[in-house]
Order: sequence, then C-alpha cells, then structure tokens
Amino acid sequence: MPVHNDAPRLQVPDRAETTARMKIDRAGWAVRAYARYDRAAVMRIVRAVAEAAHQAAGHYAEWAVRETGMGVVKHKQLKNELSAHPLVDFYEDMDLVSPRVDPARKMVEIPKPAGVIFALTPATNPISTLYYKTMLALLSRNAVIFSPHPLAKTCCNDAAARLEAAAVAAGAPAGLIQCVEEPSVPLVQALMASPKVQVILATGGGPMVRAAYSSGTPAIGVGPGNAPVYVDPGADQNAAARRIIESKSFDNSVLCTHESVLISIEENRGKLERALRAAGAHVCTEAEVVRLRAWLFPEGHLNTAAVGKSASWIAEKAGFRVVPSIRILVAPIEQVGLDEPLTREKLSPVLAWATAESFERATGMAQMILRMVGAGHSAAFHGEDPQKAMDFAAALSVYRVVVNAPCSQGAAGFATHLPPSFMIGTGYFGRSSVGENIGPQHLVHWTRLAWNSDASVAMPDMSGVRAPFDGSAAGTRASAAPRPRPVAVPAVADGGGMDRDLLRQLILQELRELTRGQS
Amino acid sequence: MYNYGFFSFDSKDELLAKAIEYWNPGKTKFWQDAGIDLVIDRREGYFLYDMSGRRLIDLHLNGGTYNFGHRNPELVATLKSALDYFDMGNHWFPSVARAAFAEKLVKSAPGMKYAIFGAGGAEAVEIALKTARYATKRRKIASIIKGYHGHSGLSVATGDERFSKIFLADRPEEFVHVPFNDAEALERALKNRDVAAFIIETIPATYGFPMPEEGYLKACQDICRRCGTLYIADEVQTGLMRTGAMWGWQSYGLDPDMFVTAKGLGGGIYPISACVVTEKCGAWQLEDGAAHISTSGGSELGCIIGHQVIEMLQRPEVIANVQYVAEFFQRSLAEMMAAHSDIFVGVRQRGVILGLEFDHPEGAVAVSRALYENGVWAIFSSLDKRVLQFKPGVLLDAATCQEIVDRMEAAMPRARALLRNPRRAA
Repeated sequence: MPVHNDAPRLQVPDRAETTARMKIDRAGWAVRAYARYDRAAVMRIVRAVAEAAHQAAGHYAEWAVRETGMGVVKHKQLKNELSAHPLVDFYEDMDLVSPRVDPARKMVEIPKPAGVIFALTPATNPISTLYYKTMLALLSRNAVIFSPHPLAKTCCNDAAARLEAAAVAAGAPAGLIQCVEEPSVPLVQALMASPKVQVILATGGGPMVRAAYSSGTPAIGVGPGNAPVYVDPGADQNAAARRIIESKSFDNSVLCTHESVLISIEENRGKLERALRAAGAHVCTEAEVVRLRAWLFPEGHLNTAAVGKSASWIAEKAGFRVVPSIRILVAPIEQVGLDEPLTREKLSPVLAWATAESFERATGMAQMILRMVGAGHSAAFHGEDPQKAMDFAAALSVYRVVVNAPCSQGAAGFATHLPPSFMIGTGYFGRSSVGENIGPQHLVHWTRLAWNSDASVAMPDMSGVRAPFDGSAAGTRASAAPRPRPVAVPAVADGGGMDRDLLRQLILQELRELTRGQS
Repeated sequence: MYNYGFFSFDSKDELLAKAIEYWNPGKTKFWQDAGIDLVIDRREGYFLYDMSGRRLIDLHLNGGTYNFGHRNPELVATLKSALDYFDMGNHWFPSVARAAFAEKLVKSAPGMKYAIFGAGGAEAVEIALKTARYATKRRKIASIIKGYHGHSGLSVATGDERFSKIFLADRPEEFVHVPFNDAEALERALKNRDVAAFIIETIPATYGFPMPEEGYLKACQDICRRCGTLYIADEVQTGLMRTGAMWGWQSYGLDPDMFVTAKGLGGGIYPISACVVTEKCGAWQLEDGAAHISTSGGSELGCIIGHQVIEMLQRPEVIANVQYVAEFFQRSLAEMMAAHSDIFVGVRQRGVILGLEFDHPEGAVAVSRALYENGVWAIFSSLDKRVLQFKPGVLLDAATCQEIVDRMEAAMPRARALLRNPRRAA
C-alpha cells in the first residue's frame, strides 16, 4: 500500500482572512450610508435589533454554554437580555446622532461616527459581548465586524447574522453587523492592522489587548480583572456574604468583574466565615486549599479547564467533595500577590480569602493583588464607614470600587449607577486608553464649529439650518433610507435623572428576579 | 534611471523611443498625440502608477481583466502557490486543475455541460464558432454591426471591418452583420436556415455599452431557436459578476447554446479563457477530442487562477460589494449629469458596466484626457467615441469610489474646455 498524505499539495490562501477583508469593505459601504441616518431611524433600528437579541437571548445562552462548556445557561440568558433593551434604555437619552447647538459657548457640535469597528468577543461571554458591542455600534452609527473566540465561533456567527437581518429589516443598510467565520490569530492580526478599520474593541486575554494596541489602529482594549473585595467589620456580615456569593457564583464567575480575593480583618474572621457558610460557600480546609491550588494553578498558570465550571465540579477535580448545593469555594490563604497563585484571576467560582490585622494592612493587600494583575479594573467594599470607603478607593489602582453591592454586576453597571457594560475600561493603570465603562459615546468624535468668542462677533441662529441627514444620498435603497428631516437642536439636557433612576431600578429588579438573589 | 533588474531605461523618453523603434510605432504615437503619456509602471489594487510616479485610478481595467484590481493579493498568493507545484501542463492529458476548473465553471452556468479552454478571448470565440459549424453543419455566422469578438481568423471576421479589411480578413460571404437592437433584421438574416450561429456580446463593449432594448436579446435567442441557429453569448466583458450576476446572460433570462469568457477569468495575472457549451454543442469532443488543440489553452496555472476567481466571485461579500458600487455610481453619475448637462448627456448602466455619453462625436476622447489629467484612467469606446467606458471593479471600496467622483467633478471644466477648443487645449 502506498502511503497517502492527505495534506493539501498546494497552499491555499486563508479564505477567512481574504473574505474578512471583503467584509471590511462591505462594512465601509454600510457605514457610509448609516452615518447619515437621523436619530429616529437609528433608534428604530436599535430597538428592532434589541428585540431580536432579546427574543433569542435564551437560545444563544444555551448554545454558548453547549459550545464553550462555560457558564450557566440562565445567567447567560440574563446577561444577554441585559445587553439588549436595558442597555438601550440606559442610553435612550444620549443622542449621538443629532448636532448640538450651544449658543452660550457659541459652538455647534456634529457627531462623526468612527466607521468600521473590529470587535473581539471572548469565549467566556460570547453572546452578551456580541450583543453589547452591536448595540454600541448601532447607537453610534458605526458598523461592526466580529472576530469571535474560536471556542464560540458558531453561536457568534449565527447571532451576528440574526442581528444583521433584524437591522436590515428595520431599514439599516446591509453589512452593519458581520462576523468572521473562521477566526485565527493571523487573521485577527491582519484585520487589526487594516487601515480600513477605524477602531478596535478588544476584549480578551492580555496578549490580544496588547496586540490591538500594537497594531497601529486606534483601539479600546481593556485589561484583565482581579477584583479584591474588602469586608469591613462594621458591615452587615450576612448581607455582605450574600452579595459576594450571589456575585461570585453568577455564570460560574466568568465575568472579569467577579470578586477574586476576599480580604477581611483577622478579629472578624469567625463571624464572616459563618455568614459565608450560611450563604452557600464551602470554606476549604488547609489540605483542600493545597489540592485546589495544585489543580487550579499547575505550574503556576491557570488551568483553563476550570473556567466557567461549577464549584462542585472543580472541587471534585481538585480531589475533594462538596455537596452540589455549594455555590462557591472559599480558599483561605496566608499570603497575597506573586507568591500565591490563588490571588490571581480565576474566572471560576473560587474565592481566595486573606485576612489582615488592620484596615490599612487590608488596603495594602488589595493593592498588592492589583499590582500583580487586575490594575485599572474593579474592587469592592462592604462597610458603612465613608472615610474607609474613600481611603480604600483612593489607595487602589482601580477605576471603580463597588460599595455594598455584588461586584460582578455592580462594576458592569447592573447593580449600581455605573453604565451597563461588558467592557470595563482599565485606563492607564491597566494600560488602556479609557478608564470608564465603555459606551457608545466612545465610538463617536465630534466636529466642533467654534465661533469667535469676542462678544462683537455674533453666532447666527442655527434653528433653520439643515442637519446632515440624508439616507438616500448614502448609497442605500431609497426604501431603506430614512427621510431627511430638519432637527430641532436644543442644547442637550443631561440625562433626565428621574427616568434613568427608574430604569436602573427596573434593571435591578429584573436582575433580582432572575437570580433570586439579593443585591 | 529606471532600473528593472532585467533591463533598464534612462528615461521615459528613451523607453518611448525604443517602443517606437522595436515594438509598435503606431500605438505608441497614438497615445502621445492624444495627450496621454501613460507608461504603466507599478500597479496595485485599483491604482496604476505612471513611470513618473503619478497615480491613476483604473476604470479601464482592460475590459474587466482587472475586475479584482491589479495584483489582487489573494490571486497572487494563489498563483505563487500553484507555481510551487504546477506549470502550464501538457494539453494532451487530462489534469486535476483542468477538470476541477471545468467543473467549477460548468456548475456556475446552469444548462451547460463542458468547458473548453483557450488562452485568450479570441481563441475562445474561435472555439465557439468552430463548434457551431460542427453542430449545425452550416458555415455562415451572424453578428451585430460594430460588434467585437477578437482578432483571430474567424473572430475578427465577425467584427467591425476596421480590424478585418486591413488584413484582408473580412469574409462578407460567410459573415453576416445585422444592426444592434433590431430583431427583425436578425430574423431576415437567419430565415434561410443557413446560419450556424449568432454571436453577440450581452452588452456590446467596444461599441460603448449600448443597452439591449427590453426583450431584444430574448427575441434574438428565440429567432435563433426557430431558425436552427446557435446563440453564442460573448461574456468576455459582461461575465464574472460585472452585470450583478455571474454571467450577463443570466441577468437577461437567457439560456444560450454557448458562451465565451476570458479577460477577468485569469484575474489579470495568468491568461485563460473558456468556451462553455451545452451537451449538444460539445458533441465534437466525442467524435474527435483532439480536433481542437491549444498548447497554452487551459494551462494548469490559468485553471487554478480561474477556479479561484470563480470561487471569490461567488462570495456573498463580493456580490454585496458589486451592488453597493453599482448603486453608488448610479446615483452620483445622475447627479453629475444634472450639473453638467451641456456636455454629459447620458449614462448606460448595468451593474458595474457603464457607458457615459458626451454630446460631441469625439466627446469621450476629450473626457478621457481630462480625467487622465485628474488622476483617473478610463478609455473611450473605439467604435463610438461619444461614449466613455466606465468600468469600476467589483471590489472597489467606498472611499475610492468617492474619490473617483470627486476627481471627475474636478475634471469637468477641463473636459468642457477641450471640447470647445481641442487644438488650443492640446
């Protein structure tokens, strides 16, 4: 028998890459048209896509868990749902489409969308990130091309196609939402460097984010989290424990905003331990911690098999048993920082627990953890002393400290008044360009018409001036184009606080109902 | 000094002198007289660079040869890869590349059975005409006045006498010419039932892309069927997605007996052409498969490129891009025509095939020159110099399309001046 070699005899150019370049051009055409849609048309499309996303939230939650083996279906469904209508609700009052006129400053501001966004989605939160980035792109009149994590490429491609179809049905130009079929590292690098990509939205591992920043293309990349959570003796220990466990067990802890290391005061240890146990935590024995560390961090690096798995599954793999109702594993440790791998990001329902003799020492520990990984990201504080909260936040290299709330949802804007987001800006501490939760406003720059400030030079009345909306002039079918309309351009009011508060309450309520937890 | 490694020239003038001395004095001088001093040097995407370094956007594309742009990276990679394994091949034997490409081509064209390969358009037309004579046992060939199908023995006789008489290659007794868009004239020509084939470009390119009138092509095909004449669609410039469909005849609801494709089929990097035929037409290959032979026809390198060209054209991204480009020019040229109605009087368009009409017998020559001076290269129609051939590529992006329109707009005053006083302008 002759030996057969079935490897291709000719080298075929990477079709995924060449096709992706075609997708970029297609997106360029789409965004050219979409950038001239007016606010009503944009919001009509945004709502239609949000509805399509909402309808399929459960479908894709199940699909994502099946495809990636990570997370919890009902939690993923919740995250998907939150990235649809509630996300749009939050930005309902933020007009990134209409020009703004400020007679007092003698200035007119015209929003200019970035153009083509190249967006990465992680394996841990594939659909919620895809939904979220799609909504951001649509709200800011941009086009988006996704490169999904290879572990989640099938569900992401299907979801992108569904959202694209919904957008087109609502009048959007074709090509606003596209997805790379066969992602690969060379493809991602090639697209990142494409001069036809205006901005990269990088979510993923550190090397990927650094690659985005090194590409030469403007990028918004966010670094990894590793949130320290401090529980003050003055806090309601039971409430704090419940919030932490509620948060930590959510979607098996795949969000970068999850609590990673619990820090408390030595003298308070017993009380907190009882509260943790009562809330569903298994506090590991010294021997269990040794086994857990060895399995979770063989050779000092995170065992990726653990990501998004349940507490009982992980315990079993590590070599000890816990009852299935256990929601998280708490691992008491002596040291924090480089010498204790358990104080790294774990992306699984394992919470390291260190104790300190004083608040100052606890703050120092938190900073030591962040120095290793997680700088610029999130931390959490449970307590009633405002001075301690202030000192804790002032000392730490993070850009958000969630107070008396679950950190995973709180830092992501779902249990606090922070903007809802699946991109937590890690700012300069975290080697990123943005330090706040990423929103659609980061995908628009403004052209400013600035009149002479001298009082003798008048700024004319702008009310009769035509706004730059003209769907039909932008290369789309007439039927798909919104009609140009003159806009009344009052100075933009800042938000309408009441409605927004109400909105957040609704989001919170939904969150509570779905998790049956307390936040 | 222009050093190309294998040869070098001191200056563009030296090159032009050598071109006149050794290559083709008439062609070289023609362009000098026309004020187009182009010698294409580097090329990339839809851009050409003159030896002087000046950049031009290519809207000529050699009739669609550069449909995907110049040196399309995916096609270049494909050819390089093919060169590591294949060469032109031995035309006597079956080959993997020819079989695979023939299958790809036939499957892209419902109703067809075999793909017979050549190296260029004329050769493919030659195959089609010979095939028609075999299948019908008739000798006569009908084509349209001002038609164009190449410069070889049979193909040149189907076209305008400008290209046949000079070489004593016109054969009026065998080659019948009928007016375009006149089905009755065709009927009269075919009614004696002695015509083997009617060959027609789905949209006549060299004639300036006059659009077939509603129902004309279908009527021609019906007449052919009634008279036992084979209908040959020349798709050299209208195939390969340029009308918005893979083959132009598909977009007109035709089912020809044969069609011919070339130019863009080789991606602009390796020549290949094909005559694609129905089972009935291809029967000569059963009787004597070696009745037509071509050493460079169906070269395996060309087959691999052609295979990739068809694969790329079938991608939804390309189909979407063609639509965007077509819509963009439809709208922006309508606007431009409204603003320059004194000279710019008409747009003929199907997909990314466009002919722009100017109100002067040599109007397109002047506009071509004005565009050239403004960084755009588009050629007039040889057989109707009122019409500028305007042929955007299927992969053009939005930014380049906008730049084309901006440059055209800038060229219009110059075009107007040239039309009013061509002497002074020259």
